[in-house]
Amino acid sequence: MSGAAAVFTGMGVAAPNGLGADHWWAATCGGTSGIGRLTRFDPSGYPSKLAGQVPGFVAGDHLPSRLLPQTDRMTRMALAAADWALADAGIDPAALPAFDMGVVTASSSGGFEFGQEELRKLWSQGASHVSAYQSFAWFYAVNSGQISIRNGMKGPAGVVVSDQAGGLDALAQARRLIRRGTALIVAGAVDASLCPWGWVAQQTSGRLSTSEEPQGAYLPFDAGACGYVPGEGGALLIMESAQAARRRGARVYGELAGYGATMDPAPGLGRPPALRRAAQVALDDAGVTAGEVDAVFADAAASADLDEVEAEAIGALFGPHGVPVTAPKTMTGRLYSGAAPLDVAGALLAIRDQLIPPTVHTRARPAYRLDLVARQPRPAAVRTVLVLARGHGGFNSAAVIRAAGQEDAARP
Amino acid sequence: MSGRRVVITGMEVIAPGGVGMKEFWSLISEGRTATRSITFFDPAPFRSKVAAEIDFDPHARGLTPQEVRRMDRAAQLAVVAARGAVADSGLDMEAGDPAQVGVTVGSAVGATMGLDTEYRVVSDGGRLDLVDHRYAAPHLYSHLVPSSFTAEVAWAVGAEGPSTVVSTGCTSGIDSIGYAAELVREGSAQVMVAGSSDAPISPITMACFDAIKATTPRADDPASASRPFDGTRNGFVLGEGTAFVVLEELEAARKRGAHLYAEVAGYATRSNAYHMTGLRPDGAEMAEAIKVALGEARMEPDALDYINAHGSGTKQNDRHETAAFKRALGRRALSVPISSIKSMVGHSLGAIGSIEIAASALAMEYQVVPPTANLHTRDPECDLDYVPLVAREVAVDAVLSVGSGFGGFQSAMVLARPERSVR
Repeated sequence: MSGAAAVFTGMGVAAPNGLGADHWWAATCGGTSGIGRLTRFDPSGYPSKLAGQVPGFVAGDHLPSRLLPQTDRMTRMALAAADWALADAGIDPAALPAFDMGVVTASSSGGFEFGQEELRKLWSQGASHVSAYQSFAWFYAVNSGQISIRNGMKGPAGVVVSDQAGGLDALAQARRLIRRGTALIVAGAVDASLCPWGWVAQQTSGRLSTSEEPQGAYLPFDAGACGYVPGEGGALLIMESAQAARRRGARVYGELAGYGATMDPAPGLGRPPALRRAAQVALDDAGVTAGEVDAVFADAAASADLDEVEAEAIGALFGPHGVPVTAPKTMTGRLYSGAAPLDVAGALLAIRDQLIPPTVHTRARPAYRLDLVARQPRPAAVRTVLVLARGHGGFNSAAVIRAAGQEDAARP
Repeated sequence: MSGRRVVITGMEVIAPGGVGMKEFWSLISEGRTATRSITFFDPAPFRSKVAAEIDFDPHARGLTPQEVRRMDRAAQLAVVAARGAVADSGLDMEAGDPAQVGVTVGSAVGATMGLDTEYRVVSDGGRLDLVDHRYAAPHLYSHLVPSSFTAEVAWAVGAEGPSTVVSTGCTSGIDSIGYAAELVREGSAQVMVAGSSDAPISPITMACFDAIKATTPRADDPASASRPFDGTRNGFVLGEGTAFVVLEELEAARKRGAHLYAEVAGYATRSNAYHMTGLRPDGAEMAEAIKVALGEARMEPDALDYINAHGSGTKQNDRHETAAFKRALGRRALSVPISSIKSMVGHSLGAIGSIEIAASALAMEYQVVPPTANLHTRDPECDLDYVPLVAREVAVDAVLSVGSGFGGFQSAMVLARPERSVR
């Protein structure tokens, strides 16, 4: 069942601190945050007022006008990011056999802004005013469907929904499909529900920061941790079998070497949370020891209880101050299912540049005994990275990203 | 595929016409229908006025008042069905390792009913663009992210292994079980509780299908409104429901003496890369999914004893699907019994795929093929054996179940009786 190794050969990024992978990575390494006061609508009446909004994305510059009335903003960004990822990988989908290409995306809440507008029409104007596109523009499968149609990809499709953990689950499903014989998968997620209706729904999690100070609102692992700032965006990645990538002489960023997913026990059972086990499963799956991991991209929930769980998991696996830990999402906010694919893109570029991006604004509580890469990026030998992601309700996912060139080394 | 084989060892179904697997089977094997005029809200403003609703009382099915309050109807259905499937499997969850048990829930539209209701409140009937958070229900986040369904099911059955929601529109129900079977096969979990649930019968769903004329406008005779493969068909009937199965590795299941309903022998999904809602008449991508699933099961078309069709009852689907069967199966397409249970329980979007997998397994269990109800008028473009009106006793050792959905997704799963699927 081991099959082919799955490697990353392209990335397309839409992030609050940079549109396009180059802009985003430069901003990330420079410590530039994209968090600010919401401008998409007036947030002054709501408890939370800050968000990470993707700057300068004009859908009409990237997509044909006929697609605009039938797409939510998150789908438009996903379609553009998929285009950029394919270009980055040097892939022309029209030149490849259609059934050899698939799409797997994660979503957390679908095209919620589109949904709000149609609900408004339904209840204020009547049923006959609802758009013909509502039947698919808001649902969770929309990005996989639209990306497959735009690029003529007839291979396996998939859509997973596990809140913020889903971004890693999508990459793992892409790896399964590659192992079972599909040559190329567009995988990842772009998410957004920055509309009043989505905003109100997010507030009810009780996990959002209400700070109005962009530099002090999202402070994971900090003594002042006060919840997270939501954002929009994410990344789409091109994954290929190592063989297919080699055959066409592709530039390989790295490999999805390991993956693990767990659920926390039901509330009230008094048993420990399962994040650590997810990470251990991923390490075992990759055939690497904790000592071989050069950096951890943390989930970084920024609530004291959840930070503690994550710090404990990292400490148990790596020992106190045992591995550099970073959370560049302090510059984007939490992007729901888009967060983990963006972190994986960051891990791949950290491997490329031998540079661990920083965690801004935050100072880790000494009690957590974390080696947090704060303020400045840290040059380091980076070959193996662990990425962690958690979703509301107890979802834990972990992925091991490894430098190119070792794809066959640890295969059973 | 070589390696570990995956079997269904427990099932539960909650579908229109009755709560429970027995009730479900007696409905569909007797050819009765559960479509009716909508009672959940006043259907007068809508083009389509019929649906397949479940008379479901969550309190009577063991949910606490708090669970009922915090869960959307689709989550309630899922939790009750998942518990039922685990009970049916005879697995002692307390004795097993929860880390080895995972959950997948398929759902096309998540907590649509709850979102529709809550939106109305926070927007004050659609009047406020800046909806008012002070009126938001405390559990609204769980409606925002349908992953909450999987969390609820995992809590209910005691699962702490790999878990997610699979949301590929109307193929979610097949894809959820296919995804879970793969986790068992690769060894990521020993047990998967897999299924799907949708409860979409709400004004926003009715309105969006009205807008593209996908649902039937036929209101005069609700009990015969769903007419797959019939010459007079003019749209599907929206339904709701859930089904869950318990998946285990074959040898482990045998060792504990589990009842083996079926082996998940083959599965594939493909995309038409054509249109979010439209289908090319040639059925090429569904045919490809069928061929790959059969190949994985190492079966020739002649080995198939029954096809549980998508058969939604729209003009284009039934034509598309008929073409796909012919393309994938050749001569066998002309002789194999095919039926659509949507004629009886409606189309519950992401849920129906798992319900149809359960129906397929039950066809093997009872050696009976359920019929296509309401099939009276021949359509020259649908010229296969759709088992009209009356169930048929047939030797059923292998079943193909297919699904087709918005987004262009086409899925196929092959089930086989474990006794005979020796390789």
